[in-house]
Amino acid sequence: MTIKEILKATGGEICCGEPRQQDQVFRAFCSDLMSDVLTLGCSDILLITGLANLQAIRTAEMADISYILLVRDKNVTEEMITVAKENNMVLLRCKSSMFKVAGELFRYGLEPVY
Amino acid sequence: MDFSYSISGGDFTHAGEASSHLKKILKSLNLDAALIRRTVVALYEAEVNIVAHAWNGKVKVDIQPGEIRIQVKDSGPGIRDIGLAMQKGYSTASLTVREMGFGAGMGLSNIQENSDTLEIHSEPGVGTELLMVNKIN
Repeated sequence: MTIKEILKATGGEICCGEPRQQDQVFRAFCSDLMSDVLTLGCSDILLITGLANLQAIRTAEMADISYILLVRDKNVTEEMITVAKENNMVLLRCKSSMFKVAGELFRYGLEPVY
Repeated sequence: MDFSYSISGGDFTHAGEASSHLKKILKSLNLDAALIRRTVVALYEAEVNIVAHAWNGKVKVDIQPGEIRIQVKDSGPGIRDIGLAMQKGYSTASLTVREMGFGAGMGLSNIQENSDTLEIHSEPGVGTELLMVNKIN
């Protein structure tokens, strides 16, 4: 799916990374536990999380994850956007629950990491 | 090439800055992407451990032609039972740490899995020292 299609499917909005809306994403992982994300060993997936803080962005940076979708209508801080921009990330947010977002994106063909 | 970073206990705002800086350096050296990821993931977990459990700490990185050596030394409560602390799921983390997305008892095991060699020394009431080494092929 492209980032644009993910936004449409989730009713989300883009916080930074607008020029990358045509990027293709093939796999996703859901977690609020960052240590789980750090075990993945694969890059360029979509991280779906309800953890809206700087550590979610830092975790994605270390794990080579460029795409983050914040669920459950969380606020995004300027600090998060700054670090995301520094790392050329695409940061999205939406109002839906993690379960609903995962279900919708799976239906559209996004694959799980495992 | 060597450099060092200071880490403050409880300072989640700056947790990860040392790892972020190291990642930029390793990328500038054109090292293998998987090696960079493993190295910075190990250091990031170690940084979070200092922020979560210790009073302060110091990270020393030494990049040699054949390996990356990272020493992480903190002043803090130390680890009473290293074998137990290495077990996935064992945690003494506070609610605050858990709210930051960590503290599920995976830090040390993640560090081990992302290091070619790992040495841990700890003295209860004094602090903990990690030596992580990753080979550069």
